[in-house]
Amino acid sequence: MAPFAGYLMPIQYSSITAEHLAVREGAGVFDVSHMGEFWVRGEKALDFLQYATLNDASKLKVGRAQYSMLPNEQGGVVDDIYVYRTGDQEYLVVVNASNIEKDWNHLQSLLGGFEADLEDASEHTGLLAVQGPKAAEVLQKLCDVDLSSKKKNDTFTATVAGKPARLARTGYTGEDGFEVFTEAGDVKAVWDALLEAGVVPCGLGARDTLRLEAGFPLYGHELTDETNPRCTPFGWVVKEHKEFYGKAALLAGGCDQVLVGLLLEQGIPREGYLVLFGGEAVGRVTSGTISPLLKKGIALAYVRSGAESGRLEVEIRGKTYPAQVVSPPFVGLK
Amino acid sequence: MNYPTDVRYTKSHEWVRLEDGLAVVGITDYAQDALGDVVFVELPVPGKKYGAGEAVAAVESVKTASDIYAPIAGEVVQVNPGLEEAPELLNQSPYAEGWIFKLRPDNPADLEALMDAAAYQAFAESQ
Repeated sequence: MAPFAGYLMPIQYSSITAEHLAVREGAGVFDVSHMGEFWVRGEKALDFLQYATLNDASKLKVGRAQYSMLPNEQGGVVDDIYVYRTGDQEYLVVVNASNIEKDWNHLQSLLGGFEADLEDASEHTGLLAVQGPKAAEVLQKLCDVDLSSKKKNDTFTATVAGKPARLARTGYTGEDGFEVFTEAGDVKAVWDALLEAGVVPCGLGARDTLRLEAGFPLYGHELTDETNPRCTPFGWVVKEHKEFYGKAALLAGGCDQVLVGLLLEQGIPREGYLVLFGGEAVGRVTSGTISPLLKKGIALAYVRSGAESGRLEVEIRGKTYPAQVVSPPFVGLK
Repeated sequence: MNYPTDVRYTKSHEWVRLEDGLAVVGITDYAQDALGDVVFVELPVPGKKYGAGEAVAAVESVKTASDIYAPIAGEVVQVNPGLEEAPELLNQSPYAEGWIFKLRPDNPADLEALMDAAAYQAFAESQ
């Protein structure tokens, strides 16, 4: 068990590789109850979210969800989030565990002037992510709603293993799958039922290798209070046609550095390693590992703008290894 | 967790065993368990001399990269050729088939300063 955002979290149950492959080939489950859940309710809930987030929340019909980010005043990122529209005037916002307090204070500070209420449900909300090509099939056995009718980013309520739950066809692995929100006290019963049904328990280690293969950012690594999202492959969340907090700064900010994907035939890149161009340091790896599927080194790295079109290398224990710039995902997304 | 009594141990989780005057070095069961799936071992070039505590090799798991240090001073005379094809030997057989390199010790008596199995077990369990 490793400390993570104030929780004791298993890095692995069996082995990172085995858990990783279970999610790519079958079905795995992650207990991500440590993540934060905020409810936004009220007549102006949408107006508030439009102002506080980068993606266009007005596109969300009831029962739909979207990836988004909270911008700060300087054009950086307070957090990356998921927004679920659960009712006419009701939204669920899921935030990173390490940012719960920061996000809460930030959102509270923006709330004035909007007729909307914020509720922090993090403490009493459990969250299990059931992921993999067989996730729907296995979860269906425990669930009273027809899952085959649900599309990516749909959200709905259901009973799972006898417990009331909110489901969403979302995840952080690049595979099909569902995230299951329950009362914290019900998590264990749902977890046990999933394991009983043959779903493989997965820890933080596989969660990280899976999200990296899928090319997803991890807050604190690829995204920070100082990073402009337009300088990343996730710049699509910035919807310039609407007003949002810090818009002027975000749009004015240039990209001295850009976030790129790196693929190494040899060598395993790790966070903090130098990226070189012509022998000169031009950036650093923000996340890196060996892809259990490709059996090659993969990384996300910030490099000096312009360098991404050159022949880059990563320095590993004093030696340099060629790194090919690729557009994430590193493996095919489903 | 396995703590054989025929080897000596370091605080950086290497084991070392004297065989025919050479010091055979690997990582402990505790270390391989903490690293998880080993996917690559960077081996030293035979002929190079290392002081005690100097980084000689590196082990990469899916999770992390970790340096392997010389438990005692000496010259690397041999590396385990099987690890290139099968780095997972470090997980499967840490004290036998998963040995990493052999040193010709400057002073074989240096081994006596290292921990025995009981001391290492107590140390590992306190980590």
